[in-house]
Amino acid sequence: MVKTNVTLCGVALDNPVIPASGTFGFGYEYAELYDINMLGSFSFKGTTRDPRFGNPTPRIAECDSGMINAVGLQNPGVEKVLSEELPKMKAVFHKPVMANVSGFSVEDYVYTVEKLEAEPQIGWFEVNISCPNVHGGGMAFGTSPEAAAAVTAAVRRVTKKPLLIKLSPNVTDIVSIAKACEAAGADGISMINTLLGMRIDLKTKRPVIANKMGGFSGSAIKPVALRMVYQVYEAVKIPIVGMGGITTAEDVIEMMLAGATAVEVGAANLVEPFACKTMIENLPVVMEKYGIADLSSIVGAAH
Amino acid sequence: MTQGLFTILDNKPLTATVYRMVLVGDTEAITRPGQFVNIKIEGQYLRRPISVCDWEAGVLTLIYKVVGQGTEKMAAMTAGQQLDLLVGLGNGYDTSKSGDKPLLLGGGVGVPPMYGLCKRLLDEGKKVTVVLGFNTRDEVFYENHFRRLGAEVIVATADGSYGEKGFVTDVMKHLTYSYFYTCGPMPMFRAIEATAVTSGQYSFEERMGCGFGACMGCSCKTKYGNKRICRDGPVLEREEIVW
Repeated sequence: MVKTNVTLCGVALDNPVIPASGTFGFGYEYAELYDINMLGSFSFKGTTRDPRFGNPTPRIAECDSGMINAVGLQNPGVEKVLSEELPKMKAVFHKPVMANVSGFSVEDYVYTVEKLEAEPQIGWFEVNISCPNVHGGGMAFGTSPEAAAAVTAAVRRVTKKPLLIKLSPNVTDIVSIAKACEAAGADGISMINTLLGMRIDLKTKRPVIANKMGGFSGSAIKPVALRMVYQVYEAVKIPIVGMGGITTAEDVIEMMLAGATAVEVGAANLVEPFACKTMIENLPVVMEKYGIADLSSIVGAAH
Repeated sequence: MTQGLFTILDNKPLTATVYRMVLVGDTEAITRPGQFVNIKIEGQYLRRPISVCDWEAGVLTLIYKVVGQGTEKMAAMTAGQQLDLLVGLGNGYDTSKSGDKPLLLGGGVGVPPMYGLCKRLLDEGKKVTVVLGFNTRDEVFYENHFRRLGAEVIVATADGSYGEKGFVTDVMKHLTYSYFYTCGPMPMFRAIEATAVTSGQYSFEERMGCGFGACMGCSCKTKYGNKRICRDGPVLEREEIVW
């Protein structure tokens, strides 16, 4: 009998598989398909202070082994998340959930986290300083160590829950940003958000996506994600939630070997709605195949 | 929604670019005409959403136009091949609002979902008129299929090479009807919006990520709030649409 359980910032998970924010809504669409309580946890739809429609459509473009999205943080705003979305989520999911929060100013992040802080089912905050799809915010905080530290420190002051900062790969030196977040009080690093990319339609000779550029995700980006998790693992002491192209149980193990304590699964859910279920069911089989008795023992083993 | 393996029974061209694929598999999740399936295609990252033309227990008929990599691969598929489908996606048309003399307007590759809808409305005892619009004679398909169901069928071609000359709205303006249902390109929708004298339902198209409401890739604004074309649509009622 293999052990798939891990501990993330002091909170126990039955397994390290966590659907990533923006690919799993508030869980209830997937709960129609399978019992989502088999998941380690999930990171709910990125929530902002005010309601957002997001970007104009088309917001989606296909790529080789991946996709680009430019949704632009569509969400009903923190008030409605609390009054409408979380009650629906609670009906179908009973484990600690990860609250993904975005903003356009330090004050936005603080406001939204403060509003959500009293919610007992929130096990962790995942502060997104890396959305490539919104102007004048999001990724702007994730591209300099100083700005990343400023958001981290401000949010740290208003939450007692474990605080993860979600980093952008669209930077020169992700290690320095991870270290700045750690020094400013983050309990963990969540990485990587999508890579800024684009597609152009040969017929119209125009960008496929209305926003022109968007976030590239899917199995194509896994090598980049692995490399960055590997680098950050060597530089920080806080745990890492690794993501980027995770599609199979083998990918989960590979990401953990690079240094991830848990993993998030994004684009794979959109193509295969049962992707996380399948991954979790296959984990014990793949662990036995590679002689792994305890999943938590392999974190960073590639170093 | 269910996920299932389907086996291709037949896959043949109806015109130079439009194909009909008949598949065998579990269709139980399909409850209304106007719903769609999302097809996994080898070598393509995203699934391909295709509207349901017709279905019965264990048999599914899709009509699709070859427009890119995914549908090119579909056109090359042969009988016996298996496909992974998400089935029963979208809201579909609500036939309870049709009145006794509904009008169906299909434009080009928007014609297929009108077939399942026509069948359902006729089963419900309604007197159905179908207007099918195409650019030219060579693009016309399924005219006789609709006739065989027992509907009154009028074909219009933009260049006048077959049937009435003009657009579906040139035919629509001379007809009396209790309600309308439509699927087709946006210019046709705008013309219908300017012509229609009753309430009705439009089926929209948008680039989708998942097809089942998770990714917010295909959102649109309506008078009653944001909706996801894949999950809250693709069918929207005339009264709620923001043009």
